[in-house]
Amino acid sequence: MSVTTPAGAATAAPAGAGGHGPWSRASALLWRRPWARATLLLTPPLAWFLLIYIASLAVLLITAFWTINPFTTNIERTWNLTNLTTILGTSAYREIILRTVGMAAGVTVIDAIVAIPFAYYMARIARPRTRTFLFVCVLLPLWASYLAKVFAWLLIFTHDGVLNWALGKIGIGPLNLIYTNTAVFVVFCYIWLPYMVIPVYAALERIPASQIEASQDLGGRTLRTVRSVILPLALPGIVAGSIFTFSLTLGDYITPILIGGGNSTLIGNVIDSNVVYNLPLAAAMATVPIAIMACYLLASRALGAFREI
Amino acid sequence: MEPAGLRVALRIWVVLVLLALFTPIVLIVVYAFGPSVVQTWPLRGFTWHWFAVAWHDQAVRQAFLLSVKVGLVAAGIALVLGSAVSYALHNFRFFGAEGISLLLVLPLALPGVITGVALNNLFYFANIPLGVLTIVIGHVTFCIVIVYNNLIARLRRTPRSLGEASADLGARGWQTQLYVMAPQVATALVSGALLAFALSFDEVIVTVFTAGANFTLPLWIFGQLRQGQQLPEVNAVVTIVILLTIIPVLLAARLAGAGAAVPTARAAASADTANAPGTMSA
Repeated sequence: MSVTTPAGAATAAPAGAGGHGPWSRASALLWRRPWARATLLLTPPLAWFLLIYIASLAVLLITAFWTINPFTTNIERTWNLTNLTTILGTSAYREIILRTVGMAAGVTVIDAIVAIPFAYYMARIARPRTRTFLFVCVLLPLWASYLAKVFAWLLIFTHDGVLNWALGKIGIGPLNLIYTNTAVFVVFCYIWLPYMVIPVYAALERIPASQIEASQDLGGRTLRTVRSVILPLALPGIVAGSIFTFSLTLGDYITPILIGGGNSTLIGNVIDSNVVYNLPLAAAMATVPIAIMACYLLASRALGAFREI
Repeated sequence: MEPAGLRVALRIWVVLVLLALFTPIVLIVVYAFGPSVVQTWPLRGFTWHWFAVAWHDQAVRQAFLLSVKVGLVAAGIALVLGSAVSYALHNFRFFGAEGISLLLVLPLALPGVITGVALNNLFYFANIPLGVLTIVIGHVTFCIVIVYNNLIARLRRTPRSLGEASADLGARGWQTQLYVMAPQVATALVSGALLAFALSFDEVIVTVFTAGANFTLPLWIFGQLRQGQQLPEVNAVVTIVILLTIIPVLLAARLAGAGAAVPTARAAASADTANAPGTMSA
């Protein structure tokens, strides 16, 4: 590994580097060897990530190719493709995968449609004070307890809840929304919306005003300017936001349990319900979202979204 | 400039989105003061009763204390590891630096259930019993990136000339770090730690897989919601959790600018230029 300090930093060696005592000698030694300092700083966090996170993902991928003994429920460490063929060969599992991916894609599209005008107003129309206010207004729901938000929607959708009460006031009969896929979809759109707003805002905020003016000077009407100038420049931000909305939906199993009841089973639920008694199957199921996200992240990198993360 | 009609339409859109964002949160707080055991709308009356019930509930107390403990330890470890990686990536150029920053954000970018089941699987094969230690390990893994985002955004905005001037004036390396750089980055470190605590305090998706028989506060809430039990008490607890996650976030935003509290480094940097530290009035 060749380590270089950025230009200028190297010339800033301390004047008193030739000090006395083991401490100053050690620090002088470190100062003259950037690679030693870099190694010292990087070893603990990288060790954490490699030994715990990456190792756990690797073990997970290996476990996906093992099976469980149906009588003893012990894990048998022989390589085979049983789990993957079970998942891809069972129509119920295929349906769950398609439903989850469809749900994640739908949530991403809706969140982008809701977020883009909001972020545009924040970034390009609102005055600085309003902008800060709106920023905090997006951050608070993002950080407010996840379970609190899901619970709130349970109270809204439940049969004698707020929604049916409000609908009753305007004369529309009670809806049976709780424990449906529609309800789960709405809750996902709500919970992940702030994750889309913020990167889109960051991307829109950086568009130089001159580029939009240039488009208008060249005769571009509002729609044309939006389509040909603003959206292409905002795209990396939209893709960065979509990584979060897509991935968070893909990996959630709590909202489907609480809002969907037993009627909305997603990939996460299959993993969750198999983790105790059939770890290899859970691991194999987990490779599906990993593979999907790997493709998604590669495509995002091609669109320049990584600079926005 | 946008046509007037478009501006009005956008303004209406913003108000509608804000209403949609806040209605559920306000609602859950309002419900916590409802007297009825059965949760129906509209509420009939006002009571503090459920907060008292939650206060005297031993299970809630234990779960709360565990969550605070885990949050403090996880935020502490994440602070050390996240700072180290920020300094390394900011001060040194080397092959693979971009890969490291991608690696850090991976626990947030990959679905939470993956991190959960992967850690559960690792602990199973490594014969590590699930407990407080394993909860902390899971939390630190996704908290590091929060500290990193905050600190790297601040380091990038701190002029290099400050450190160089200090060195030119004869300061040793550690003196420059302690007396010149540390005050520059202190608020970013504090806000990073606060956000890491808030993230840990509220986490449930990964924690389900790493907690074993232990209950953090979110796990207790999830258990009650799943069984549909003691819902009015859950309302009160959830209201307190909202406060306890929002207060660190507001503090962090006040200390380091609103951009501190966003999940991505780039957005943080972008928002931070709009809100210089200390000028935000939340």
